[in-house]
Amino acid sequence: MCLAIPGKLLEIFEESGLKMGNIDFAGSVSKACLEYVPEIKIGEYTIVHAGFALSVLNEEEAKNSFDVWDEVIERANAEGIEIEKLERPD
Amino acid sequence: MKYLDEFRDPVIAKKILDEIHAVTTQPWVIMEICGGQTHSIIRNGIDQVLPKEIELVHGPGCPVCVTPLEIIDRAIEIAGRPDVIFTSFGDMLRVPGSHKDLFMVRSEGGDVRTVFSPLESLKIARENPDKEVVFFAVGFETTAPGNAMAVAQAAKEGLTNFSELVSHVLVPPAMEALLSSPLNRVQGYLAAGHVCTVMGWDEYDPIAKKYKVPIVITGFEPMDVLDGILHTVKQLEAGTHIVENRYARIVEQGGNQPAQALIKDVYEIANRKWRGIGEIPVSGFKIRSKYAAFDAELKFSVGDIQTEEPEACISGVILQGLNKPHDCPAFGKECTPQNPLGATMVSSEGACAAYYKYQRIMND
Repeated sequence: MCLAIPGKLLEIFEESGLKMGNIDFAGSVSKACLEYVPEIKIGEYTIVHAGFALSVLNEEEAKNSFDVWDEVIERANAEGIEIEKLERPD
Repeated sequence: MKYLDEFRDPVIAKKILDEIHAVTTQPWVIMEICGGQTHSIIRNGIDQVLPKEIELVHGPGCPVCVTPLEIIDRAIEIAGRPDVIFTSFGDMLRVPGSHKDLFMVRSEGGDVRTVFSPLESLKIARENPDKEVVFFAVGFETTAPGNAMAVAQAAKEGLTNFSELVSHVLVPPAMEALLSSPLNRVQGYLAAGHVCTVMGWDEYDPIAKKYKVPIVITGFEPMDVLDGILHTVKQLEAGTHIVENRYARIVEQGGNQPAQALIKDVYEIANRKWRGIGEIPVSGFKIRSKYAAFDAELKFSVGDIQTEEPEACISGVILQGLNKPHDCPAFGKECTPQNPLGATMVSSEGACAAYYKYQRIMND
């Protein structure tokens, strides 16, 4: 019940008085309640648990992780281990 | 897939692993609290490539596993009533009660339905006004926002045929209970990322300080888990014990404030019994008296329940990190996912199910 992957918000609508959305998880689209992420915009990524979106993915922080890993790659390259940098999300 | 594949890159994972090997100089015991992280560790073989000095022990963060037998038996009793539609997340249907499980109730004619969201239970209640619709509200802090919303919505809509059988538990009190046990072996924690998404991480600072354990919040992908281990080991080696958030793309310090507000409105903190562990003070939720009309425990008088745990099952000590699944004589023999003796073999987040699925059948 605590596992979840990020999904992309495709559309926002209302159902039974609640703010809802359709979310794309790698091609599989599921409905989720958006009441707990009132700030979310179409195209943003979110984590959903038991039908409720609970967090909007912070793209800046995700990029920071990639930067840390770029440093790891640079250290490896300095040691003579050839590793290509990761492709970044658009 | 965006924001997923990047966190599963084997080359970077290997480099993080190399760093773990480089910084480790002595034995350390680290517990991942969340069953979802246990599955990631076992599925990806992370435990098998770590330095031999690092032992990962698997925590009680599996809601299906720790839901007490009394509540399972109560659910089975309520679900068998002819006027009831019993709704639940799928995992709970296969958890053995004292004598049967919820699937058996369904095979005997009970109306037991699987839902993915408590809002589906509300819809069933609206569509079946002549039936009592009960939702089995289990889980940790991740399912509490949805379960709270279902009660609040039912109250708002004036639905009188919806109620919840609540067995909600909380992670920080369990972490503290394990650390304060005389049998404790845990020296550092990987904290459950998605629990922190809801509740934030202010609750962890006093625990880290009091018990002098590093607590590193991390996610579920292989690179998240390895990164969490690396930062826990770095702290252990340096003798520091602070809370670090290594899952900042998802977790904010304050958590999800609207979710916390509604949880607080619907539920209050209560003592809770954990299957295999016993009662832990202030470790769960119960429905507040103002929403008593939606409390299935009050709505359906079930009476005294005599429970019977299978003698062969050692899931209690596994959930406390004191034994591994393959230490159990019944593991893979009398107890399999097809015929589970205990909940840790049932759940997709249970340690026994992970060991069985990925064939960790003997001590390395």
